[in-house]
Amino acid sequence: MIKRILAASAALALSAALAQAQSVKIGLVAPFTGIGAELGQQIDRGVEQYLKLNADKIKPLQLKIIKRDDKNPSGADSKIAVQELLTQENVDALAGWIYSPNAIASAPVVTAGKKLAVIMNAGTAHITTMSPYFVRTSFSMWHAGYAMGEAAAKQLKAKTAIVGYSDFPPGKDSLAAFKRSFEANGGKVIDEIPMGGAGQVPDFTPFLQRAKDKKPDVLFVFVPAGDHALAVTKTYGALGMKDAGIKLIGPGDITQDIKLQAMGDAAVGLITMHHYNADLDNAENKKFVAAWKKDYGPDSTPDFIAVGAYDGMAAIVHAAQATKGKMDADAALKALAGWKYNSPRGPISIDPETRDIIMNEYLVEVVKGKDGKLHQKLLGKIDNVKDACKAEKVGPCAPKS
Amino acid sequence: MSATPVRSDNPAALALAVRHRFRLAETLPWLLALAFYFAFPRYLGFGTELLITVLFAISLDLALGYAGIVTLGHAAFFGAGAYTVGMLAKHEIWTEPVSGLFIAAAVAGAVGFASGLVLLRTTGLTLLMLTLCTMGLLEEIANMAAEVTGGFDGLDSLPIKPLFGIFEFNPLYPYTQYLYVLGVLLVCFIFVRTLVYSPYGHSLTGMRENTLRMHAVGAPVRMRLIVCYTISAAIAGVAGALWAQANAYVNLSVLGLDRAATVLIVLVLGGYGRLYGGIIGAVAYMVLAHFLSKAYPTAWQLGLGLLLVAIALFARGGILGMVDNLTRPYKERKAQ
Repeated sequence: MIKRILAASAALALSAALAQAQSVKIGLVAPFTGIGAELGQQIDRGVEQYLKLNADKIKPLQLKIIKRDDKNPSGADSKIAVQELLTQENVDALAGWIYSPNAIASAPVVTAGKKLAVIMNAGTAHITTMSPYFVRTSFSMWHAGYAMGEAAAKQLKAKTAIVGYSDFPPGKDSLAAFKRSFEANGGKVIDEIPMGGAGQVPDFTPFLQRAKDKKPDVLFVFVPAGDHALAVTKTYGALGMKDAGIKLIGPGDITQDIKLQAMGDAAVGLITMHHYNADLDNAENKKFVAAWKKDYGPDSTPDFIAVGAYDGMAAIVHAAQATKGKMDADAALKALAGWKYNSPRGPISIDPETRDIIMNEYLVEVVKGKDGKLHQKLLGKIDNVKDACKAEKVGPCAPKS
Repeated sequence: MSATPVRSDNPAALALAVRHRFRLAETLPWLLALAFYFAFPRYLGFGTELLITVLFAISLDLALGYAGIVTLGHAAFFGAGAYTVGMLAKHEIWTEPVSGLFIAAAVAGAVGFASGLVLLRTTGLTLLMLTLCTMGLLEEIANMAAEVTGGFDGLDSLPIKPLFGIFEFNPLYPYTQYLYVLGVLLVCFIFVRTLVYSPYGHSLTGMRENTLRMHAVGAPVRMRLIVCYTISAAIAGVAGALWAQANAYVNLSVLGLDRAATVLIVLVLGGYGRLYGGIIGAVAYMVLAHFLSKAYPTAWQLGLGLLLVAIALFARGGILGMVDNLTRPYKERKAQ
């Protein structure tokens, strides 16, 4: 008899557990084809690694990821993808967005759809103000630029700086952020040089020569990672600016891990500020990088986009657990306000006021390791950096009256 | 269809008389478009984008297919229209949608006229490169003038007024957008159909086939080309304006080579110089791209590429040309 009751109650418990195994549908929007495919892959793999390494945290929920290609930064494809994820697939949460214009175009749809939407990359500062359902686990362009301004004045002891930037929004944002904090810390930006667009790689010689002639202490550069950054470091080397005593600095976007090795020895000595690099020395990151290399090959590496996706999934899982899989948007947002997490990039949290991320920024220098590869050596860090654009209410980041 | 009897035994006169008569089959695409509205209410966002591409392709067909103006920069006019609506709405100068279309058409037409005056002195590859340059210049202007155009991030959350003051543009369920765009497309299509079947339209075809001869018969070739280019630009401007209104959003992509090249592919795929080429091409290309990219988010372009290679190899006149080739034996037999 007792056995039977036990068996029955066990069966009951089992069926209850099964009933509790809520499935949570997540729509993932990123460019999986075209020039952004390399970045979309980082999102894809970051999500995959989170699911693999944290299977125990997901239980008893079942996550279903529905991927959609948003193709290009036109906004239209992204918007249609979000529309259909919400109305056809009835997803419980949205995630992704590499390109800022796509997140901007999707904002009204996200607001109308009333679902949690986690931005895993798009870095234009004011995006999080565009929909109350946006939560960002990546960065704002202001994080690194602002921190670098402070570090350049305090740690690198620079008095004068020249800013060279690719003439598109991330470049302009970086310039504004760097200038504001560098000058607040007693430095002076003596010249601002727009260095062509983000599409093609220009010849950087005239821009860098102009900077060299004015003899600043540091040259702060924002250009797209990869070929642009490579061309800048090579030109910097060829013009002998290092010997002239001008330090080349920038946000960590220009030393994106997946592009770093291709930059070659010209990149050695480059000093950058960012919230993540694959060489960060902490237990979470070691685990993350090791799992990554095991799955995708020894030459592959996660970068800041992958970690944005990893933490984005962590945020969604946290919200899903807090709402027991129901993913009611308001409850999910409440669960994420002030949420703290130990990420591969170190401790992070979500600012309850802005729904943007608060994280550490690391000052690093590119060095050549014993293995012949380039690594990023830690020089210093700034704890708990907020998005300064919203904190100081600059331009479009100011709350609309 | 109540056919008016043609009182002539001359087969040529007969052929001319019946050639442009309205046929019942021509209502089919419009009925299908309406049926789509009821059958697939969850796909209307995609449907709206598709209809806008159709309109854009028709405008290109007028310049490229009929008048033989080889252009790779047609997005210049799409973008001019889109930015006109976008900037007027963002700065709250003009937010009414229907009249906005007319303003956009006027601006895009003016850009077309001004650039046509210069560009249409050239032909062939030179023309191709110059149209591309014009588009590139406009794109860079939109990028540089970030204060008014929003630069790379574009203008977002455009406050477009409800259609006729009643029907709201809902971002999540774009019912209004779809029917609105369908209506505008129908009007523009009828206009273009009338135009290309008019004597003026035939003179365009004449210029495409043999410019020297048209000069010889005394046709004002250059003026007609400029007028055609202007009209085509104005319609492209309407398409751009619709895009901006339906998405409540404009960014640099409306002036991009991507858009100009896609519409060219769409037109070549469907068959240029045929009224329905743009429609068939847009439907084939976009439906395939949409569903392939949904099913295989990382490898869908392979399928599309194979289709384009097949079309280029085996169907030089596009899908409609292929249909023509296949049905020709049957038609000839019927004619005998």
